[in-house]
Amino acid sequence: MNAQMSVATTPETGEARPVEQVDLRHEFNEVGIGEVLDQLDRELIGLKPVKTRIREIASLLLIERIRKRMSLTSEVPTLHMSFTGNPGTGKTTVALRIASILHRLGFVRRGQVVSVTRDELVGQYIGHTAPKTKEILKKAMGGVLFIDEAYYLHRPDNERDYGQEAIEILLQVMESQREDLVVILAGYGDRMDKFFASNPGFRSRIAHHIDFPDYSDDELLAIAELMLHDMNYRFSPDAREAFIRYIGLRKAQPLFSNARSIRNALDRMRLRQANRLVADLDRVLSASDIMSLEAADVLASRVFSNGYPK
Amino acid sequence: MRITQGCFSFLPDLTDEQISRQVQYCLGKGWAVNIEFTDDPHPRNSFWEMWGLPMFDLRDAAGVLMELNECRKVYGDRYIRLSAFDSSHGWESVRLSFIVNRPNDEPGFRLERHEAAGRNIRHTTKSYAVDRPEGSRYGGR
Repeated sequence: MNAQMSVATTPETGEARPVEQVDLRHEFNEVGIGEVLDQLDRELIGLKPVKTRIREIASLLLIERIRKRMSLTSEVPTLHMSFTGNPGTGKTTVALRIASILHRLGFVRRGQVVSVTRDELVGQYIGHTAPKTKEILKKAMGGVLFIDEAYYLHRPDNERDYGQEAIEILLQVMESQREDLVVILAGYGDRMDKFFASNPGFRSRIAHHIDFPDYSDDELLAIAELMLHDMNYRFSPDAREAFIRYIGLRKAQPLFSNARSIRNALDRMRLRQANRLVADLDRVLSASDIMSLEAADVLASRVFSNGYPK
Repeated sequence: MRITQGCFSFLPDLTDEQISRQVQYCLGKGWAVNIEFTDDPHPRNSFWEMWGLPMFDLRDAAGVLMELNECRKVYGDRYIRLSAFDSSHGWESVRLSFIVNRPNDEPGFRLERHEAAGRNIRHTTKSYAVDRPEGSRYGGR
C-alpha cells in the first residue's frame, strides 16, 4: 500500500508511458465501486452467492483496468451475463446495480440500462424484426441491454417465428461490439436452461451465469421490514408475529414469487389498515397510528383462512 | 475535385474516431442524428436519400457508427453525410451536417455558358458524374 502511483508521462518526451506501479487502495477509492458494493449489501437482503459473484466480477474488472493502464492487456473482457432465478428474486434490481458498477469502472461508457422483453425486439411481419432489434441495440449502445424473460425469444414450436432473427442480430452484435454494449439475459432457471440448450451461441458468448436463490423466511421478513421502512410504515409487535406466520403459509401456496409476493401482501395490508382507520372517523389519529400496521391487518389475509386457525 | 459541403469539408476526411466524437457532441445536445447518401454531388441537390429513420433517443455514438458502417457497406461508392436535427422550440432544423464518406474519384464540375438574348451569359455548373445514370456513377459497386 505504500507504493505511490508513478508518473504517467515522462517529462522529457511528454508521451504516455505505461505505469509500472499502482496503489490499489487509491484505485479502488477512485472508481468508487466500494460504495456501490456496500449499497448493494445494505439494500439487497440475502442473495449471498449473487453478491459474492458481483464482488468477484468487480475485482476482476478493477484489475483488468489496471492491467490496461500497465499495457498488459488490450482485450475487452466479455461482460455479457445471464441471471437465472425464480420470480421476485431481484434479477432486475441487480441488473441496474451492475450497470452502475460497470459504468464506474469505465467498462460501459454511459451506464444507462435499456430493459426490454420479446415485444420490443421481435417484429410482427417479415422484415420488421431486424430494424426493430437494431433500434433497441442502438439505444442501448454505451450501456446495458437487459432482456427480461429472454427465453421467449426462441419459440421451438414455430420454426418460422421471427424470434430467431432477433437472436441472430443480438449474437452478432454481442460478439463484434463487446466494448460498446453489455447484454444481460434474465429468466426463470429451467426455461433459460432450455433456451441455452437450443441456442448454444448464447451460452458460449455469456461469461457470467449467475443463479439467484430463493429467499429464506428470515430474509423475506427483513425485506418486508425494509420495504415498510421505505414507505414509512412499521409492524406492531403482534403484526410482526402474524407476518412471520403469513410468510410460512404463503410460501407453501402456489404462485409464490418471493419479494414480489411480499410487496403485494404489504400493499394489501396497507389497504386494510387504511380501511380500518377510516371506519372509525371520530378519533384523533397520531402519526404513530398512521404508520403502524396492526395484527388484524395481517390476519385478515385470505392466506390464513384456507383451513388454518386465525 | 473534392467537393466541400457542410461542416469540416475543408479538413482532411474525418476518421471514425473523430466522427464518433462529433456524433457524441450532437447526442449530448439532444439532437437526432440522421444518415443520408447520394451520388449527385451538385451543391443545390437538397434531396439526399435517407438511410433508415433519423436516430432518436440514442445515448452513445456507437449506435450511429454501427448504422454508418452498414450504409458504407452498401453505398460505399457514394457521398454519405450525417446531419443532426435539433427539435427544440425555436430551432426545429438541422444544426450540423458533415460528409463522412465520399467516392474515391470525384470528377468535379464543368461550367456551361449559355448565351442568352443581348449577349447575356448564364452560367450552369454540372457534375461530370451525373452524365451516367443514377447508381452507376462513380463506378457503382
